[in-house]
Amino acid sequence: MPIHDQGYRRYGGRRAPHGRTWWVIARAGLLERVRERRFLALLLFAWAPFVVRAVQFYISANVPQAGVFAPTAQTFREFLDQQSIFIFFVTIYVGSGLIANDRRANALQIYLSKPLTRVEYVAGKLVTLMIFLAAVTWVPAILLLLLQMMFAGSTAFIRANLFLVPAITVFAALQVLVSAFAMLALSSLSKSRRFVAITYAGVIFFTAAMYQALRAITGSSSWGLISPVETLDALSAVVFRSPGEPSIAASAALLTLAALVGTCVWILERRVRAVEVVT
Amino acid sequence: MTEVVRLQGVSVQYGRQWALRDVTAACPGGAVGLLGPNGAGKSTMIKALLGLLPPVQGEMRVLGLDVRAAPLQIRGRIGYMPESDAHIPGMNAVSFVAYCGELAGLPRADAMQRAHEVLYYVGLGEARYRNVETYSTGMKQRIKLAQALVHDPDLLFLDEPTNGMDPKGRDEMLELVRDIAHNKGLNLILSSHLLPDVEYTCDHVVVLDKGSVAAQGPIAGLKGHGGRVFELRVKGDTDRFVEVLRAAGVDCHATDEDVMRVFVPDDRGGRYLFELAWREGVQVRHLRPSVPTLEDVFAHAVGER
Repeated sequence: MPIHDQGYRRYGGRRAPHGRTWWVIARAGLLERVRERRFLALLLFAWAPFVVRAVQFYISANVPQAGVFAPTAQTFREFLDQQSIFIFFVTIYVGSGLIANDRRANALQIYLSKPLTRVEYVAGKLVTLMIFLAAVTWVPAILLLLLQMMFAGSTAFIRANLFLVPAITVFAALQVLVSAFAMLALSSLSKSRRFVAITYAGVIFFTAAMYQALRAITGSSSWGLISPVETLDALSAVVFRSPGEPSIAASAALLTLAALVGTCVWILERRVRAVEVVT
Repeated sequence: MTEVVRLQGVSVQYGRQWALRDVTAACPGGAVGLLGPNGAGKSTMIKALLGLLPPVQGEMRVLGLDVRAAPLQIRGRIGYMPESDAHIPGMNAVSFVAYCGELAGLPRADAMQRAHEVLYYVGLGEARYRNVETYSTGMKQRIKLAQALVHDPDLLFLDEPTNGMDPKGRDEMLELVRDIAHNKGLNLILSSHLLPDVEYTCDHVVVLDKGSVAAQGPIAGLKGHGGRVFELRVKGDTDRFVEVLRAAGVDCHATDEDVMRVFVPDDRGGRYLFELAWREGVQVRHLRPSVPTLEDVFAHAVGER
């Protein structure tokens, strides 16, 4: 008997309504990464600053002589700034192949021949990256806040800094959104994840170097707008109510980031298509 | 038989290039072949029907639904096997097919169960835990069919399903396609430039040429268009004799061998061909009655005489 005679049955079960496929894509992306030991090692490493801060909070709460280690609102800003390096590595590790690999394997025509829209596809990929980025920014920062409360045995610190939860949330969201959109747009431009990774790193380092050089030449810190890292730094100063003038006006920084995200959306709209028409 | 696909005056453009021009066609249920040479617009038509390429003008309906208004509902009910290599990277076969099932709306457990079933059905049961990227060309064709079948579509679009397959694999794939259409109750549209593939698997054909419909209808009906077909080989001034034949209303086209296939449009038979040859002073070395094939229909439709 030929093997294909072993049966094909019609399917009479239920089908999910349209509009939920983004989560199928996101879940597959999440599972693919957490099965990799190297990536889990990176995630664990990204939580090392959290452990150090937790020890700091414990000592400051339990050793009266260690008051110098007591956390302030700026401690949380510094923590999120420190996490930038892990945002960089996680973005490259998870994000570089998100669309590039699909383009290499012609997977877009498989995806888009199913009942899902391009927006759902991009949303699924975006959520994959954003969840991992949130796992190294927002989650440890909020946990630190909870740990501080537990170690201190009082809510005095949180009550004195009520703005911290929204500040952590807003700034982490900005970090995550900007990194995720930028990486996804770059990933849609190539079929090689290595090329995407190198380009992303190049953009980050080149813009930062350009900013330093232009600031040294002109003496103006407003050149920070050309560097996403500096722009985010200026916004973090505002969000965490840091003393002193921010190097860039918050409105200009926000507009710059909005323009960057807008450009990324435009690139994704142009590049994420099942049929590439070359004229 | 109800129509599963209807196109009315559909035109698709790539830049300044017309890929489809004012195409009006209807595909009934069952197995329909989309036949045409490379660049005829077959794949473009399928992609337009999937809603992946917006037409410049015209209306398309798939399974009774307007492609422009309800692309997602349509894609939920169809399966698409693309022409080029396509897979989700980093997955083994069963994960890939189950994932495609989930993308099509199946619950996770059902998608996994059906993935195993369809992989057995297409002959990849033993290789279902291998990474798709390690598959041979033939296996990749089969897995593309599996991902198109996993959600049990009402209509399958198969774009050149035997591309790159060895003869044995090709025969098995054609058997599968034939089985799907004739025993499993699925409608399918098979795009191919290979006439034997279409003739073996399909009952109905739409012949495309340079972005337009050259012929369409049941294969049996198109083949039996009246008249008689002969295989003919002559010695002498062949070019002149072909001109005489055409002037007399007799179509003919060359084959791979040195024989011509000659279409006599009425009851005039072999004797008439002998008379023409005698008048032109050429020798008839071979004359044999033949049966009309899809190749004849194709050659007639696209003017390859």
